[in-house]
Amino acid sequence: MEYVIEMLNIRKAFPGIVANDNINLQVKKGEIHALLGENGAGKSTLMNVLFGLYQPERGEIRVRGEKGHINSPNKANDLGIGMVHQHFMLVDTFTVAENIILGKEPKKFGRIDRKRAGQEVQDISDRYGLHIHPEAKAADISVGMQQRAEILKTLYRGADILIFDEPTAVLTPHEIKELMQIMKNLVKEGKSIILITHKLKEIMEICDRVTVIRKGKGIKTLDVRDTNQDELASLMVGREVSFKTEKRAAQPGAEVLAIDGITVKDTRGIETVRDLSLSVKAGEIVGIAGVDGNGQSELIEAVTGLRKTDSGTITLNGKQIQNLTPRKITESGIGHIPQDRHKHGLVLDFPIGENILLQSYYKKPYSALGVLHKGEMYKKARSLISEYDVRTPDEYTHARALSGGNQQKAIIGREIDRNPDLLIAAQPTRGLDVGAIEFVHKKLIEQRDAGKAVLLLSFELEEIMNLSDRIAVIFEGRIIASVNPQETTEQELGLLMAGSTQKEAGKANG
Amino acid sequence: MDIVQILSIIVPATLVYAAPLILTALGGVFSERSGVVNIGLEGLMIIGAFTSVLFNLFFGPELGAATPWISLLAAMAAGALFSLIHAAAAISFRADQTVSGVAINMLALGATLFIVKLIYGKAQTDKIPEPFYKTKIPGLGDIPVLGKIFFSDVYYTSILAIALAFISWFILFKTPFGLRIRSVGEHPMAADTMGINVYKMRYIGVMISGLFGGLGGGVYASTIALDFTHSTISGQGFIALAALVFGKWHPIGALGAALFFGFAQSLSIIGSLLPLFKDIPNVYMLMAPYVLTILALTGFIGRADAPKANGVPYIKGKR
Amino acid sequence: MVKRLSHLLVPLIAIILGLAAGALIMLVSGYSVASGYSALWNGIFGEIYYVGETIRQITPYILSGLAVAFAFRTGLFNIGVEGQLLVGWTAAVWVGTAFDGPAYIHLPLALITAAAAGGLWGFIPGILKARFYVHEVIVTIMMNYIALHMTNYIISNVLTDHQDKTGKIHESASLRSPFLEQITDYSRLHLGIIVALLAAVIMWFIINKTTKGFELRAVGFNQHASQYAGMSVRKNIMTSMLISGAFAGLAGAMEGLGTFEYAAVKGAFTGVGFDGIAVALLGGNTAVGVVLAACLLGGLKIGALNMPIESGVPSEVVDIVIAIIILFVASSYAIRFVMGKLKKKGAN
Repeated sequence: MEYVIEMLNIRKAFPGIVANDNINLQVKKGEIHALLGENGAGKSTLMNVLFGLYQPERGEIRVRGEKGHINSPNKANDLGIGMVHQHFMLVDTFTVAENIILGKEPKKFGRIDRKRAGQEVQDISDRYGLHIHPEAKAADISVGMQQRAEILKTLYRGADILIFDEPTAVLTPHEIKELMQIMKNLVKEGKSIILITHKLKEIMEICDRVTVIRKGKGIKTLDVRDTNQDELASLMVGREVSFKTEKRAAQPGAEVLAIDGITVKDTRGIETVRDLSLSVKAGEIVGIAGVDGNGQSELIEAVTGLRKTDSGTITLNGKQIQNLTPRKITESGIGHIPQDRHKHGLVLDFPIGENILLQSYYKKPYSALGVLHKGEMYKKARSLISEYDVRTPDEYTHARALSGGNQQKAIIGREIDRNPDLLIAAQPTRGLDVGAIEFVHKKLIEQRDAGKAVLLLSFELEEIMNLSDRIAVIFEGRIIASVNPQETTEQELGLLMAGSTQKEAGKANG
Repeated sequence: MDIVQILSIIVPATLVYAAPLILTALGGVFSERSGVVNIGLEGLMIIGAFTSVLFNLFFGPELGAATPWISLLAAMAAGALFSLIHAAAAISFRADQTVSGVAINMLALGATLFIVKLIYGKAQTDKIPEPFYKTKIPGLGDIPVLGKIFFSDVYYTSILAIALAFISWFILFKTPFGLRIRSVGEHPMAADTMGINVYKMRYIGVMISGLFGGLGGGVYASTIALDFTHSTISGQGFIALAALVFGKWHPIGALGAALFFGFAQSLSIIGSLLPLFKDIPNVYMLMAPYVLTILALTGFIGRADAPKANGVPYIKGKR
Repeated sequence: MVKRLSHLLVPLIAIILGLAAGALIMLVSGYSVASGYSALWNGIFGEIYYVGETIRQITPYILSGLAVAFAFRTGLFNIGVEGQLLVGWTAAVWVGTAFDGPAYIHLPLALITAAAAGGLWGFIPGILKARFYVHEVIVTIMMNYIALHMTNYIISNVLTDHQDKTGKIHESASLRSPFLEQITDYSRLHLGIIVALLAAVIMWFIINKTTKGFELRAVGFNQHASQYAGMSVRKNIMTSMLISGAFAGLAGAMEGLGTFEYAAVKGAFTGVGFDGIAVALLGGNTAVGVVLAACLLGGLKIGALNMPIESGVPSEVVDIVIAIIILFVASSYAIRFVMGKLKKKGAN
C-alpha cells in the first residue's frame, strides 16, 4: 500500500470539452506531488473530482488502497482529503474561526460553543505553526492569513491528504518561502500533499515527484531529481519552449507619460497610491513590479480615468489628463488592455464584432447623428479579426464563446488599431496558453519598436524581467525603486517588492 | 391628554398592525439570508389569510375558541406548501427570482379568489365566527403604568410575533443551522466546499418564509380583516418587504422597522384621536413607510447591504 | 435560425402548459373545460364588440410591456410601471380637463405630459440607482404605493373638490373616435392603438439602430466594460429608466384619454403594470415580441370576462393561467433542459 491516493483512468467532460481524458495519478504517502499543466489543462478539474465537487464519468479512485466513491466534499473530508482552494472560499462577514468550523460546529445545548471552537482552532494553529487571528473578520485579514485559514479548514477536519491549488499566485516571494516551510512541516507530521501549479521553479524546489497534464491527458510522471525546468516546460507545452523573448535594445525618445506625485484613494477611502511619480518614454517598455494590493490597480485606474486623483498631475504628451472622463483620456492617445478582460475588456454577451468597436462606435464612419452604421462596423471588425488572428466562427459570434486567448487578441487588436501613444497592458497574459502568450509579447515589443510608450503591469516576475526595458517597483502606493532588468535578479526584485530599500536589496544581491 | 393616555392608544394600535408585518418580514429574512430574493411575500400572506379565514368558517362552530389558533397552523402549512413553487422555480429551475416572486403574487390572488367564488358563489367571504379578541393579560396587565400601555388591550398574537423575532435572532446568529444558512446566502461556493447542501438550505429558507408569511397573513385576517376578499391583503406583503430591507436583513432590525411601519399604518386609523397627528393630512401617513424605506436604502438612514449572494442562482460545478 | 426558433418555442410551450394547467383546474373544480375555453374564445372573437374591447385592452399592455422590456434590455428591473402609469394617467387627465384648445395641440400635449410624468416617476429610481447604487426593484415597488396615495390625493383635493373622480376630459384631448366606436358596436376602442404601435417601432429603433441603444445594451450587460469603453454608466441608467417610465406614463394616458376619459380615486392598482412584466417576459424583451405577447394577454383578459357569463367559470382562472405561463417562461432553463434531453433521445 505504497500509494495513499490513486486516481485511475479518470474521465470528466463538460459541454463541449473533455477536461480529463483517461488520466492516471498516483501519490505516495508523505510526498509532495506536483500536478503540472498550463491553464485549462485539466488540473483543477481532476482535483475537484478527488475532492468530491465533480463526479467523473469513468474511472476509479482509491484512498489508502481502498476503492472510494467520493460524491461530496463531506465524503472527501471523511476520507481525510482536504483542499486549499486557489480562490479563497471565505465568507467575508464571518470571523476566521466561524469560517473554519462551518459545517462542523462544536455544539452546546443547540447553540454554537464559541469558546470550544476558538480553543480548538488555536490548538491546531499552534501545532502546525499557522498564525491567525480567530476573531478577526475574514474581510479584514491579509492574503497570507486568509490562506493559512484555508489550510486550517482542512486540518480542522482531520485531513491527511492536502490538495493545494495554485497557492502561490497571490503571495510575495517571502510569503512563498513561508508557505514552502509550512508544507515541509506538514509532511513531517505525516501528511501527503498534492500541489497544483504551473510554476516550474517551485516544483524543482520543493516537490518529490511531478505528473504533467496537457489538454486533458496525462503525459508523464517523473521524479523531480531526474528532470529540469526545460524538460518540464516542453512536456507541459508539447514542444520546445524558449524562455527569453528576442528583442533589440530599446531606443527611448521623448517622455510620453509623466505621473507626478499623485494620490489615489480606494473604494473604502484609504490612500492606496501615495505621492507616486513615474515616467514612461516613447519607445520603451516600463514594467511595474509589485505584489497585488500595493496600489497598481488604483494607479492604472487613475491613469485611465476610472478613479479620481486627489492630488498631483498626470500628463500625456504635455497635456494634463488627470480626472478627465475615460473617453477624453482614451481620445488623448491611450490604449488599455485591462487586467480582467471579462469584467472590463469585453461585453461577453455582445457579438465579438461589436466588442471590437466598443471604443469607436460613436465615431465616423461607424455612426452618424446617433444612428449606427452597422455595415461599416462589421467591415472593420472583420479586418481586425483577420489581422490579429482571432479564431471565431464569424464576427457575430458572442464574445463569451471565444477562448481566453482569442478574446485577448481581439482586445489587443482593438486597442492597438486606435494607434495610441501610450499602451497600458495590465496582466496581459493571465490565463493564456503559451502560444497566445508569445503572440502578446510579440505585439508589445512591436509597439515599443514602433516608438510607442508601453506601461506593463504583471505579477509574473519572469514576464516583467523579460519584456521591460526598465522596472519600477511599487510598494505601499509608491514607486520605491527603478531597476535595470539586465542588472538585477529575481531575488533582489522580490525583496524590493516586499519593501526592502534598494540598498538592502542590492546587498543581498552582491 | 397625558402621555400615558396617548401611549395607551398608540402602542396597542401599533402592535395590532405591526404583528402581521413582523411575522412576514421575519420570513423574508430567512429566505433572503439564504440567498433567495422573495418578492412573493404578498402572495404568501394572501394564502395565509385565505387559509385561516376558510378554516375558521368551516371549523369555527365546532372548535370554538381554539379555532383561530389552529387556523394559524393551517395557514402556516399552506404558506409553506405554496412557497415551494417559488423555491422550485428559483432554486432548481434557476428562474429570475424577482419574476418568480411577482408570478407567485398573481397566482396566489387568482387561485384564492377562484376558490372563494367556487365555494361561496361570490367574491367575498362572510365574517369569521371565531376571530382573535384583544384581552388584558392576567397579572402583567395590572402593572401600574406599563401594564396599561402594553398589556391591557392586546392580542396574544402580537406578543407571539415579538417573541418569534427574538427566537429568529437566536436561531440565525447562535446556532449551527443559522451559521450555515447565512453562509449559503453570502458565499454559497464556500459553503458547498464545506459540505453544506446549498440547495437544501435554500429550500428550507424559502419554506420558512412560507411558514412565516402564511402566519402573518393568517394573523392579519384573524385580527384585523375578519373576512377574505380581493383586497384583504393589499400591500402589507410589500411593506413587510420594506421592513426587511429597512431592518437590514436582521430579525431585530426587521422587528423595529415593522413596529415603525405598523405605527404609521395605525395612524391612518387613530390619527384623529391624537393631538399632534390629527392635523397632518392622511396621505402623508399612508406614504410614510414607503418614503422612509427609500431613504433607508439610499443610505440616509445607513446603508442597507443585502446578503452577498442574494438573488443569484447557485449552479454547482460552474467553472 | 435555429436560435430564433428556440426563442419562439419556449414561450409557446409555456403558453400551452399554462392553458393545460387551466384546463386541469377547471376539470378538478367540476367545470366543463370545453365550455370554459369556448367561452374564453367567444369572449374575444364572438362579437365585434368584444374584438373592439380586446384591441383596446391590448393598447396599454403594449406600452407597459415596452416599458418593462426596455428597462430589462438595459439591465434594469422596472416593477414601478403601475405607479408610473397612475402618474401618467392623472397628468393626462389634468391636461385634458384643465386646458382647452384645438385637438392637434391638446391631445399631443396631454400625451407628452403623461410621458413626462411617467418618465419623471421612473427617473427617480433611476437616479437613485445610478448615484447611490440602490436596487431599483424595491425602490420602484415603494414608488408604486407612493404614486397610488399621491394620485388619489391629487384627484380628490386638487383636480376636484373632495370627489371620487374627475369630470370628463374635453373632447379635444380624447383618443376616442366615433368611427371606431361605430364599427365595433360601441366598444371603447380608441386611437391609442396607433400610439402604442408607434411606440413599439420607436423602441425597436432606439435599441437596435442608435448609438444610445448600443450604450444602453452594453451597460445592461456589463457596467464595468462599458465604463472602460468610455460610456457613462450613470447617464445611461437614468436615461433608460426615464424612457421606460415615459412608456409607462403613456400607458396611463391610454386609460385616461381613451378608455375612461376621466381619472378616479383607486383602492388598488390596475394590474396593467404587473401584467406588463408578463408581456415583456413572453415577448423576449423585443418590440415585436411585446406586441405579440400583449395581443395574447389582452385577449385572455377580455375573454376571461365572458367566462362566468357563458360557462360559469370564474374569470380568475385566466389570472392563474397567466401566472403559470410566467413561471414556466421564467424557469425556461427547465424547459430547455427537457428539450435538450428529448433531442438527444431523438438523435439516438
